[in-house]
Amino acid sequence: MDVLTPRSLDEALRLKTEHPDAVPIAGGTDLMVALNFDRERPGVILNLGEVPELRGWSRDDGLLRIGAGLTYAEAMAEPLRSLLPALAEASRTVGSPQIRNRGTLGGNLGTASPAGDSLPPLLVEDAEVEVASLGGSRRIALHEFLVGPKQNALAPEELIVAVLVRPSGAPQTFMKVGPRNAMVIAVCSLAVAVDRERGELRAAFGSAGPVPLLVIAPLAEADGFPALVASAASPIDDVRGTAAYRRHALRVLAVRGLERCLAA
Amino acid sequence: MPEPVSEQTISVEINGETYEQEVEARKLLVHFIRDVVDLTGTHVGCDTGNCGACTVLMDGKTIKSCMLLAIQADGATITTVEGLAAGGELTPLQRAFSASHALQCGYCTPGMLLSAAYLLEQNPHPSEEEIRRGIQGNICRCTGYVNIVEAIKSVAEGGGA
Ligand SMILES: Cc1cc2nc3c(=O)[nH]c(=O)nc-3n(C[C@H](O)[C@H](O)[C@H](O)COP(=O)(O)OP(=O)(O)OC[C@H]3O[C@@H](n4cnc5c(N)ncnc54)[C@H](O)[C@@H]3O)c2cc1C
Ligand code: FES
Ligand code: FES
Repeated sequence: MDVLTPRSLDEALRLKTEHPDAVPIAGGTDLMVALNFDRERPGVILNLGEVPELRGWSRDDGLLRIGAGLTYAEAMAEPLRSLLPALAEASRTVGSPQIRNRGTLGGNLGTASPAGDSLPPLLVEDAEVEVASLGGSRRIALHEFLVGPKQNALAPEELIVAVLVRPSGAPQTFMKVGPRNAMVIAVCSLAVAVDRERGELRAAFGSAGPVPLLVIAPLAEADGFPALVASAASPIDDVRGTAAYRRHALRVLAVRGLERCLAA
Repeated sequence: MPEPVSEQTISVEINGETYEQEVEARKLLVHFIRDVVDLTGTHVGCDTGNCGACTVLMDGKTIKSCMLLAIQADGATITTVEGLAAGGELTPLQRAFSASHALQCGYCTPGMLLSAAYLLEQNPHPSEEEIRRGIQGNICRCTGYVNIVEAIKSVAEGGGA
C-alpha cells in the first residue's frame, strides 16, 4: 500500500485525477476497520489530513459551509450546536469520544451507509454536498448524493469538499434506537423538525431503507405523520432488528419527536 | 506533484521526545508506538476501534491509535500512558485507580486513564452520567466499571487529574 499526502486542495484534486483509484482517508474510522479486517486492500491511499481547505466551517450570508473534515466533536461545539441542533444531537450518539474526535462528516458521506448518523439531520435541513474535481466543483442535493446502500454520486476523480446548509432555525431533534446507549450502529434513527416558517413537518430516517430518506407533510397533518414516516420506510430484517420492529420504532420516534418539537 | 510512496518520513513528539523516522505507509500508529518507539503501555485489544485499549492523546484529544496510520500522525504531539507519570510520580488519577481497585488485569487501564484524563480536562466536575459517557469507548472485561467510575469521581471531587 502506497500513500499520497497532498498539502492543499488543489494538489489533492490533481492527485485524484492522476490516481482515480486512490482511496481518500480522512479520520479513518471507517476505512481503517476495512483495512484491519483485510476487507479492502487499496493500492494507494490519499491522506486528506494535511489539506487545510477541508477543515473548519464558515458562514456567508446565512449559508453555512462546513468543511468535509469537520469532526463530530466540532459539530457538537457552539455555535454550530445551536445552528444545527439535530446534527449536534446525532453527533453525540456517534461511537465514543475517541471516534467523535476523528470521524468526519465527509467520511460519513463517503461511506454513505444507510446508518450514517449525520445524514438524517442534514436531510431535514436540505443540505447540499459540494464535490470538486480539477474541472471545477458542483453541488448535489444530499438526497441525490445518496444513491444506494454505501453508494454515493461521487465520480472517481472527485472529492467531497464541503456540506452546504442554510439553518432553518426550526425546532428539531434526533433520536436513535440501539441495543445499548454507547458505541452502537443504529437499529433505526430519525431526525424530526417542525418548520413553522415553511409550514412543514419534516423527518428523515436512517437504517430503515437502502438510503436515509426525507419525508415531508403539511404542518396541519401532525396526527397522521408518524404513520406516514413508517410507511415511507422500506426496512429489512437483519442482525440488528426485524423490518416490523423498525417500522414500529420509527412510528414511536416520530410521535416523540413531534411532541418535543411542537412543544418548543 | 508527489508520487505514491510506500514509506514516508514522519516526525512525531511522544511524551515530550521527538521521533523522526521513516515508516511504512501501512503501519498503524499503535504499532509505531509499541514496536518502533518501544512504548508497550498502549495495548491492542481488537484492531477495530471498539475496545479503546489503544487510546492515546493526539494534540490533546483522545483517539484510538489502531484507527490511525502512523503517517497520519506526522507533526502531531502524542501522550501515551507512560507520559502520565513522566516524572516517575503517579498522577492523582493513577493513584485513585489504585486506591479504588479500578483495575484487575490492567489490560484496559492505560486507555481508561487517558480517556479519564481527557474527560477531566474537558469537564473538571463531571456527573456520574458524564463520567460513564466519557469512558463509553473503553471496554473493561474485569471490573464491571463501578470502581473505575468511583476512581474518576474521587479525583473530580478532590480536584486535579
Ligand atoms: C467504534 C466505531 C463506532 C462508530 N460509530 C458510528 C456511529 O455511531 N454512527 C455513525 O454514523 N458512524 C459510526 N462509525 C463509523 C464512522 O466513524 C463514521 O462513518 C465517520 O463519519 C467516518 O468518518 P472518517 O473521517 O473517519 O472516514 P474515513 O474512514 O476516513 O473515510 C470513510 C469513507 O469516506 C471516504 N472519504 C472520506 N473523506 C472523503 C472526501 N473528502 N472525499 C471523498 N471521499 C472521502 C473514504 O475514502 C472512505 O471510503 C463508527 C466507527 C467505529 C470504528
Ligand atoms: S485496539 Fe484500538 S480500539 Fe481496540
Ligand atoms: S482491568 Fe481487566 S480489562 Fe479492565
